[in-house]
Amino acid sequence: MDYQLHPFGDNGIMIELGTTISLDIQKKVRAVVSFLDQNQFEWMIEYIPAFTSVTVLYDIGHHEFIQDGRYPYEQACEKLKEGIAGLVLEEAQLPRVVEIPVCYGGELGPDLDFVARHNGLSVEEVIRIHKTTTYNVHMIGFAPGFPYMGGMSEKIAAPRKETPRLAIPAGSVGIAGKQTGIYSIETPGGWQIIGRSPIQLFRPFNNTPSLLQAGDLVSFKEITYQEYIDWEDRDDKNY
Amino acid sequence: MIKIIKPGLLTTVQDLGRYGSQKYGVIVSGAMDQLSHRIANLLVGNDESKPTLEITLTGPVIEFTETTLISLTGGNLSPKINGCSIDLWRPILVNKGSILSFGPCKTGCRAYLAVAGSFQVTTVMGSASTYLRAGIGGFLGRALKVGDVLSMERMSSSSKRIIQRLSTELGKRDYIEATWKIDPVISSCNMGKQPIRVIEGRQYHWFTEKSKQTLFQEEFMVTSQSDRMGYRLKGGSLTLATEEEMVSEAVGFGTIQVPAEGNPIVLLADRQTTGGYPKIAQIATVDLPVIAQAKPGEKLQFQLISLKESQLIYLEREEQIRQLKIGISLLHG
Repeated sequence: MDYQLHPFGDNGIMIELGTTISLDIQKKVRAVVSFLDQNQFEWMIEYIPAFTSVTVLYDIGHHEFIQDGRYPYEQACEKLKEGIAGLVLEEAQLPRVVEIPVCYGGELGPDLDFVARHNGLSVEEVIRIHKTTTYNVHMIGFAPGFPYMGGMSEKIAAPRKETPRLAIPAGSVGIAGKQTGIYSIETPGGWQIIGRSPIQLFRPFNNTPSLLQAGDLVSFKEITYQEYIDWEDRDDKNY
Repeated sequence: MIKIIKPGLLTTVQDLGRYGSQKYGVIVSGAMDQLSHRIANLLVGNDESKPTLEITLTGPVIEFTETTLISLTGGNLSPKINGCSIDLWRPILVNKGSILSFGPCKTGCRAYLAVAGSFQVTTVMGSASTYLRAGIGGFLGRALKVGDVLSMERMSSSSKRIIQRLSTELGKRDYIEATWKIDPVISSCNMGKQPIRVIEGRQYHWFTEKSKQTLFQEEFMVTSQSDRMGYRLKGGSLTLATEEEMVSEAVGFGTIQVPAEGNPIVLLADRQTTGGYPKIAQIATVDLPVIAQAKPGEKLQFQLISLKESQLIYLEREEQIRQLKIGISLLHG
C-alpha cells in the first residue's frame, strides 16, 4: 500500500494515503484504522482518521522509546512502517446502511426554498433528489458524530450562507456546496438548512458515541412534521 | 464541599483532556495550561490527572464549607482568603467557612485550583473535562454558576499527611500556608517573555518565503477573538505560494493554521478534531502552557526549532516534573 509518513507536531505522525477524496483512498484509511485497532500500541494515545490520512498521536516519553535511546519520532515511524507495509486491502464487507428520518422544509428547514430557487427547481424536486440518493460517510469530524458525506447530486448544490447562523439546532440537515451533512450538536454554522432529523447522532454515554462511522451508507427517509414531533417526544431517540 | 458564591468569568472543571474519542469527532478539551494543572494537583497530594478548576481572568468567589487543603497555580489573579493575599505554588490549608476570592489579573490569565481528593464529577468518555458546546463532562457539562456546590472525592494518604502537618498550626486561623513552594522555574507564566518555540507545520512549504520570515521575525498580537478553542492573532499577513487545495485532516493542540485572509489562528484545548486550513507551524508541547497564559493584547514571537529538539526539550521537561514529584513526596513525608 502506498503511503507517506509526516511529523504532526512533536507528538504525532500523519499517515498520508492520498491527496484527493475518493472511495479507494477511503478503503486504505479504513485498512489503516483496523490495523491500529488490532495493534493497540502502548505508546499510541489515539488516532484521528480523515478523508485521505490517519494521524497517530503518541506518548513521546513512553518507556519503550526511552529504553531504545533513538528519538521517539523515528521509533514510532519504524513501528508503523512494519505494520502498514504488509497491509493488503481486503474486499470490504458490505457497508452498513443507516436510514435517517428527516422532516423537510418549514421551520425545521428554513433554507429549503433558497436551495430550490438557487437551482431552478421546485421544493418537491429538491426533497426528492435529496432523499433518493444514498450517501457515503467519508469521515466523522468538525463536531462530535458529524458525518462528512459524499454523493450528493450537484443539481441541489448551494453555496454556504454569507453570514453563518449563530446556533443551528442538533439534527439539522444542511447543504454546503456539493456536500450534505447533519448537525450533531447545536453549533454556529453556515450550511443551508433544508430539514431536521429527530435522531441523535452524538451519544456521549454509549460505548460508541457516534451513530455514524466512516464507511457507512446513509439514506434519508422523509417524515411529516407530526411524525417529527412524536419522535422528539420519545424518551429514547436512539431508535 | 465548596460553594460558588460568584462564578467569575469562566470557571470550569478540567483535567488532562478527553483522549481516545477524536475519531468520533469528540474534541479533547482539558486544562489549557496543563503544566500548572499538574503541579496544582501534586501540591495537594493528588494524582496529576485529577480534575481542577480552571479560572479565567476574573476569578470566582468560593466558600469552603469544611477545612480543605488547596493549591493555586498558573496565572496570578491576586487570590485572597478572607481578604488576605495568598501565595501561588504552595499547599494551603483553608479553615472551614473561609472565602477565596480573586482580584486583578497580574500575570497570565488562567489560574488552577486543586483541592485534596479533587472534585467529584462524573467522567464522560474517560475524562472529567468540561466540553461546553456539547454540554458534557465537568460539573453538569457547563461552567460553574452561583450556588453550585462541588463535593470532593476521598483523598490520598499523602494528602492526609500534609493536612495533618498543617492542621497543628491552623488553630482558629483562616488558613495556613506551607513553608515551602515550587520553584517557578518551570511555571508557565515566567517564560512569557521568551519566544514561543514551534516546529514546521504540515503545509509549511506551501507558504511564501516572505511569510515564513514574517512568522519568525515579526510580533503577533493575541486579539480579543480568542478563547479556549483558539487564539486569532494579528500581525504580518501570511500567504500561500501554491494553489493546492487542502483536504480536511487532523489538527492538534498548538496547531497554527492560516485561513485565506492571512491572519494565523492558534488552535488550543477546545479545538475541533479536524480542519481544512493550511498549517504553517505547530507549537512545541513544552511551550503550550506559555501561550495558554497569553491574554488578548499580548504580543507573541515565534522561534523555529527542529522536531528532534522539540522532543528533547519535552523529555527534559518531563524529567524536571518527575524530580519535582519526588521532591514533593519527600516534603510530604
